[in-house]
Amino acid sequence: MADLRNDFVGIKSPNPFWLASAPPTDKEYNVVRAFRAGWGGVVWKTLGEDGPPVVNVNGPRYGAIYGADRRLLGLNNIELITDRPLQVNLDEIKSVKRAWPDRALVVSLMVPCTEEAWKAILARVEDTGADGVELNFGCPHGMSERGMGSAVGQVPEYIEMVTRWCKANTRMPVIVKLTPNITDIRLASRAAHKGGADAVSLINTVNSITSVDLDLMCPEPTIDGKGTHGGYCGPAVKPIALNMVAEIARDPETRGLPISGIGGVTTWKDAAEFMALGAGNVQVCTAAMTYGFKIVQEMISGLGDWMDRKGFSTLSDFTGRAVPNVTDWQYLNLNYVTKAQIDQEACIKCGRCYAACEDTSHQAIGMTPDRRFVVKDEECVACNLCVDVCPVEGCITMRRLAPGEVDARTGKPVPAEYGNWTMHPNNPGTCAAE
Amino acid sequence: MANTQLTPGVVSGRLAPEAYRDNFADKAPPLTAHEAAIAADRCYFCHDAPCVTACPTSIDIPLFIREIATGAPRAAARTILDQNILGGMCARVCPTEQLCEVVCVREVAEGRPVEIGRLQRYATDTLMAEGAHPFTRAEPTGRRVAVVGAGPAGLACAHRLAMKGHAVDLFDAKPKAGGLNEYGIAAYKTVNDFAQAEVEWLLGIGGIAVHNGKALGRDISLDGLRSDYDAVFLAIGLGGVNALRAEGEEKSHVRDAVDFIAELRQAEDLSSIAVGRNVVVIGGGMTAVDAAVQSKLLGAETVTIVYRRGREAMGASEEEQHLASSKGVRIVTGAAPLRILGEGAVEAVEFAYTKETEAGLDLTGETFRLKADQVFKAIGQSLEGAPEGLALSGRKIAVTGPGRTSLAGVWAGGDCAQGGDDLTVTAVAEGRDAAEDIHATLMGEG
Repeated sequence: MADLRNDFVGIKSPNPFWLASAPPTDKEYNVVRAFRAGWGGVVWKTLGEDGPPVVNVNGPRYGAIYGADRRLLGLNNIELITDRPLQVNLDEIKSVKRAWPDRALVVSLMVPCTEEAWKAILARVEDTGADGVELNFGCPHGMSERGMGSAVGQVPEYIEMVTRWCKANTRMPVIVKLTPNITDIRLASRAAHKGGADAVSLINTVNSITSVDLDLMCPEPTIDGKGTHGGYCGPAVKPIALNMVAEIARDPETRGLPISGIGGVTTWKDAAEFMALGAGNVQVCTAAMTYGFKIVQEMISGLGDWMDRKGFSTLSDFTGRAVPNVTDWQYLNLNYVTKAQIDQEACIKCGRCYAACEDTSHQAIGMTPDRRFVVKDEECVACNLCVDVCPVEGCITMRRLAPGEVDARTGKPVPAEYGNWTMHPNNPGTCAAE
Repeated sequence: MANTQLTPGVVSGRLAPEAYRDNFADKAPPLTAHEAAIAADRCYFCHDAPCVTACPTSIDIPLFIREIATGAPRAAARTILDQNILGGMCARVCPTEQLCEVVCVREVAEGRPVEIGRLQRYATDTLMAEGAHPFTRAEPTGRRVAVVGAGPAGLACAHRLAMKGHAVDLFDAKPKAGGLNEYGIAAYKTVNDFAQAEVEWLLGIGGIAVHNGKALGRDISLDGLRSDYDAVFLAIGLGGVNALRAEGEEKSHVRDAVDFIAELRQAEDLSSIAVGRNVVVIGGGMTAVDAAVQSKLLGAETVTIVYRRGREAMGASEEEQHLASSKGVRIVTGAAPLRILGEGAVEAVEFAYTKETEAGLDLTGETFRLKADQVFKAIGQSLEGAPEGLALSGRKIAVTGPGRTSLAGVWAGGDCAQGGDDLTVTAVAEGRDAAEDIHATLMGEG
């Protein structure tokens, strides 16, 4: 049976599934329920500096978008950091850590940009026995207007500066949580790295308006006739998060920097994908908020089952295994030629592949009067749209043409050798580069 | 409650009063908004969808379901009603399991189709509940058209003609409009007087004058209509009932199933309808099932449908057969009636088993008797009272193209005309298409 134990920058947990710093981790009651359900760790909801706590809106905090059957695909929120007194949180953290010593307990922090502020809070967190801190440089709403959260995370120099302060003032591992609301995630991760971060975690939520109330003519969630952008999360942001994780994982300047993957992790498979792209563990929020804490049991059993099938005995057996296969477009093999093929037995004759190809692609699927859909190899550019729109998984697949086989579209045999854009005769830079 | 299911003879009030309400409640209750959203999500929005091809009125089913899924049920209803103005009734009575739903790609793939019929009802009910009529009339053309028969074909034709700006006089022999929707469908398929509500709603287009109690050949004549109107559309249905041609057919309590169904539909109080203790229904179509099931629901102790051929040849759909079985109706196939037995009133029916031969259906020597104090004949209806001078094809009015008869200026559609299945939805399509052709013809002349 696969061993799911996780060691992330020295923080040990029985599995790689942590709850991200968010509403589910705001108090002892929830966190204990999460640990009972089986979560490997928790990043406590962000603490602010001592004093009067922040206040939240008293209207709706969340907006959503849905897929079929009202399945929640994306959630956005305008909730701020914890609105409970600092000491209450610290006491509860201490109590939880004492009762659950085998679980990871990391504390998320966000205080104003002065070394004194960070130094003060770090000492108090250390006193709880927590395993580490996560610097919230990502929160895109409310706190950012006050010079914190993503207001820091969007300026690499600030990231580096604050990270350095924290490293100088605590023995705890420091994880820097990054905002995706930037143009190049690598600048942020490099800054964290330079500041001495033990790890980065990403992504925080994405600036978003999920919907507009067309009666009120106002963004949702609507507070007394007004709305504001919120932080977007859930399955819909996973592709954005995966790309950013991969960009950091393959960046020579940050190679080896531990990453805690966040962003739409909903199933064991999502977690495995993040980890294959270099994440040492994952953090989950929206899936728990949608289905409750019990989902971690599917994540644990599913990941273990997959690892057993693949012959992976520990998490490190597959962590980062997909990173070498993330490359730039220019290095993709242009001599890799495929054609769509439709399994007539599996086909349910809905014709969506035909509509998609005929209307929006390459007119490469024919339709007979008895609704038989067949790919025209001479037109098919292997774009994959038919595969993507087909409701039956596995019905349409891409068949690779063997070297020497003639591509009916170009009339040329498929070359056996690898050939990419940098070598291609149409590339104006090819000669110059030689 | 003096009578019970075991009371001999043909009597009313076999059940407790509340049992009638329960027994004749909506057969398939409407979807809630939540159920409709879930059902709509299952549609794949197929290209050139098989369900549309299968629909006699060619409703754009994927489009209306997408409109429901996106929270626009009124737009969905428009999509339906554009093609089929009686989309509300068709949503209730269409044999969807033989038409759109049987070809749904999800039926093919999973054995569970998108619930097209129920979604259609959701959309049309939503729109009709608001009361407003969604279509408007074109400028008056000054043309006058007579439509004879206010059943599905006549109503569909009248509505389309009115929409085009023609003035329509709609004649019907019966006291109410609606045709078989009003008189010929089991009560549990169209509760709350839906047929009349739909007629009223349809007439909201304006420009249609309804004349009830006017029978062709009695109160009006085709010749007269042809001279008084610019065009005539005949949708007179099938007024005749086929005879059993079995000995003793004249005995009392042997009656036509269509009359029983009509009586039931018009009854204010179902407990006033008399039904036998042992009922035998002869026939294999929807009418046979409607009569049999309703007999059972009225409290008959035993109800048996006897059909001369095999199950697969029955006109009643598989779902209708299942419904009958689930209500406790026994279905005997491969037997034909020989004699009705009894002193004055029917007491039993003697049947002979049949066998299929190359020459046709033959009786075997083997017979059996079923106890019966009431017998319903449901072996089909036939055209009756077709005006002189109209060419027939087989036993129906001959038509070419969109309902053109052998007489200039006279169109026909619905059950009385050749072609198509005798279904509500087919009648609507024929009425609509004839109206388009009448319009093209009249305006072409102008």
